[in-house]
Amino acid sequence: MKKLLQRIYLFLILLFLYAPIIVLIVYSFNESKSRAVWQGFSLTWYQQLFTDSKILNALETTLLIALVASVVATVLGTFAALGIIKMKKKTFETVRTITYIPVLNPDIVTGVSLMMLFAFVGIELGFVSMLLAHITFCTPYVIISVLPKLYQTDISVYEAAQDLGATPFYALRKTIIPQLMPGIITGFLLSFTLSVDDFVISYFTTGGHVENLSMIIFSMARKGVNPKINAVSALLFVTVMALLLVVNKRELSSKKRISKNNKDTFLNREKQILSIGENEEK
Amino acid sequence: MSKRRFSLPYLIWMSIFIVVPLLLVVFYAFTDNSSGKTVFTLDHIKAIFEPLYLKVIGRSLYMSLIATIVCFILGYPAAMILASKDFAKKSTMLILIVLPMWMNFLLRTYSWLSLLENEGLINRFLALIGFGQVQLMYNNFAVVLGMVYNFLPFMILPIYSVLVKIDKSVIEAAKDLGANNIKVFGRVIFPLSMPGVISGITMTFMPALSTFVISRLLSGGKITLIGNIIEQQFTITGDWGLGSALSLLLMVLIFVSMIFINKYGDESVGAGGLL
Amino acid sequence: MKKVLVILLSAVILLSIVGCASDKEVLNVYNWGEYIDMAVIDMFEEETGIKVNYNTFTTNEDMYVKLSKGRVSYDLVFPSDYMIQRMIQEDMLQKINMENIPNYSKIDDVHKNLSYDPNNEYSVPYLWGTVGILYNKTMVSDTVDSWDILWNEKYSQKIFMQDSQRDSMMVALIKLGYSQNTTDQTQIDEAMNLLIEQKPLVLGYLVDEVKDKMVQKEGALAVVWSGEAVDAMSMNEDLAYVIPKEGSNRWVDAMVIPKNAKNVSAAEKFINFMLRDDIMVMNANETGYSITSQSAIDLLDDEWKNNLAAFPTEDMLSRCSVFEYNAEATVLYNKAWTEVTAH
Repeated sequence: MKKLLQRIYLFLILLFLYAPIIVLIVYSFNESKSRAVWQGFSLTWYQQLFTDSKILNALETTLLIALVASVVATVLGTFAALGIIKMKKKTFETVRTITYIPVLNPDIVTGVSLMMLFAFVGIELGFVSMLLAHITFCTPYVIISVLPKLYQTDISVYEAAQDLGATPFYALRKTIIPQLMPGIITGFLLSFTLSVDDFVISYFTTGGHVENLSMIIFSMARKGVNPKINAVSALLFVTVMALLLVVNKRELSSKKRISKNNKDTFLNREKQILSIGENEEK
Repeated sequence: MSKRRFSLPYLIWMSIFIVVPLLLVVFYAFTDNSSGKTVFTLDHIKAIFEPLYLKVIGRSLYMSLIATIVCFILGYPAAMILASKDFAKKSTMLILIVLPMWMNFLLRTYSWLSLLENEGLINRFLALIGFGQVQLMYNNFAVVLGMVYNFLPFMILPIYSVLVKIDKSVIEAAKDLGANNIKVFGRVIFPLSMPGVISGITMTFMPALSTFVISRLLSGGKITLIGNIIEQQFTITGDWGLGSALSLLLMVLIFVSMIFINKYGDESVGAGGLL
Repeated sequence: MKKVLVILLSAVILLSIVGCASDKEVLNVYNWGEYIDMAVIDMFEEETGIKVNYNTFTTNEDMYVKLSKGRVSYDLVFPSDYMIQRMIQEDMLQKINMENIPNYSKIDDVHKNLSYDPNNEYSVPYLWGTVGILYNKTMVSDTVDSWDILWNEKYSQKIFMQDSQRDSMMVALIKLGYSQNTTDQTQIDEAMNLLIEQKPLVLGYLVDEVKDKMVQKEGALAVVWSGEAVDAMSMNEDLAYVIPKEGSNRWVDAMVIPKNAKNVSAAEKFINFMLRDDIMVMNANETGYSITSQSAIDLLDDEWKNNLAAFPTEDMLSRCSVFEYNAEATVLYNKAWTEVTAH
């Protein structure tokens, strides 16, 4: 009985979470604009969606910004983590607090403050300002993802590599970075997701005709219900579902890989140091 | 050590793009630039305490609080059920709960429009089964619903991730010592789940307090929250002084609520909560 | 790692330059959203060889903030009457050489010499309209001819007001018998209180969505712009539009050239182009708003040119006036409106 009740409860929660989305998707196939009356199955809204240059441009902008911002944030953040870990306590804590600010601050304050910065400095609002804003709020998440991994890394491998003649940079690349990879990838994915989904910060830091997907949806939604938005939702839903399944599969297999690696480090320390070059195959 | 230099690019970035903007907010909140000269003033701060804005602030706090409580009441049991050992297919369920989080936030809010309208689906359904029309949109209900809908997964997940790590042997030990289920929950499980609860509350209350999209789309302009007033100052009226003052207030409110929330739990947000 | 950085940096720099690199003559236009037939732009580009960068804004205030604080530069902008007055006062516009715009003579006199630009030096009218009440004949049993009906408890929660500071304040001010351009604090406060009184009856303060909602019968009465009314009426035959007897607002959106425009001659060409009969008809058909030249109006189909919502009689127009801009009053209006919405 308890099990049944539990299942029913979870089902209700899921129903609550999915009902609106399902309605959206179903009505994206409705012949007419009406969301009360079903007038027949039709793909017309999808057709209109693919010929709507405004939406397509927004999609392009969204993906481009997300990609560039996440890459820059990942690089910036990873190197930042490498430097931060060497800091003295006081500096470390100051930097940590400042890094946490974009994370804890409400989006609207981040967005508005950046807008004022751009106006103050004289940067015209547009693609570049939006990109700078995205990099700003993504980098802290990279640092947060990489730092814990950095604490766990075995620094003696790095030192040993240098003892064996590797340049610091080479040693860094071959010994530390691979150990950080899970954190770096998490940071990258997190940045990408946050950037794609962002609305508020983009809203305040962009200008002219540069709009990302969320902004287009907002301005369309302000005009009333528009089945093209429904079509966008349906496509987004399918994409997200596919992505989640892929990520989940990857998590499971990488978990196996990491536990295997840890075992190796423990038992075959010297073998690892000697075979640094061979790690390239991985 | 060469490694410390690595963080230099980020430190510069951080100073320009995080520290300076915040200083600007403080600057504009305390100065009057309308006459072309910069004059120190407390007018903007004083303006916040006018009844008009106090009402808006009170309303925002009130609605965020309600939304957070509802999320907690709905989310905790869900997290518990998910974490219980006799629940199979955990990972599928998790994916199902996480999926909406990955959907675009605006789409999630917009999705309620077709359902809540007077001639929308829910009302049509009610009409079918004999109920009269209920006004579900353009009111407090719609906004709180929007908040709960958007933030529920953010409440469920942190609580779940902490619950699932609780050492089962502690629970078993408590039971061995004679505690019934209620006592086990109250004395063992709930206190241990605190870090997750704190994360959940933080990730629900904060965005709810500062939102302007949810109220814009679902209340037909009738419900104005702090976020809406701030947004208006920066897009319509151009009153950066007032906007900055309110932004400062928002930051203070959030800072205070976080201290408040943390007092009721042991763990600090930094270590256990965020990821 | 270094290589990646360099590639990234150059990608970022390249991307930001790409927008700027072009040999063709360019015209930067800033207009309301969905306020033109995009084919018109294509035609202009073809006939003149000038590339048009067409950007849109949603409100006058948005546009003003972007132009004054954001350091964005446009050659041609389409603000509304009161905003043009403000921009003239703040020296943001340059005088237009009407001799370069021969088609100016086609514009009907009723749209010239209006208070925001009394000597027709800075602007050329584009589209115009009125504000009135859109109502559903099947849902409203009383005669609709006065603003009072929007305060009628019979229609509680079936009334839509505009989420627009000046339009809503105008309704209240005119209902009280005051000028929609008053600068008198007591009058403004009275209007504000009237609107606050009305709030429990209001279903929502909407802008663009209102058309869709009225067509879907979500509400019985709404304050709308005439163009929206024409559009809505074509989608739902039960809808009708009226300009209340106490008077209302008439508005004009006009073309202006900002002081920092980079390509004035192209802007003038575009203005002249927009005044052609065939172009006016295209824009009218696409936007549903009223055009300014009788010769173009005559080309519209009968149903439209005789539609009183689109082309009211002189008598109706006479009870309408334009918004004016006054810096101090704006602050008062802002405050009052915030009180109403935040109430």
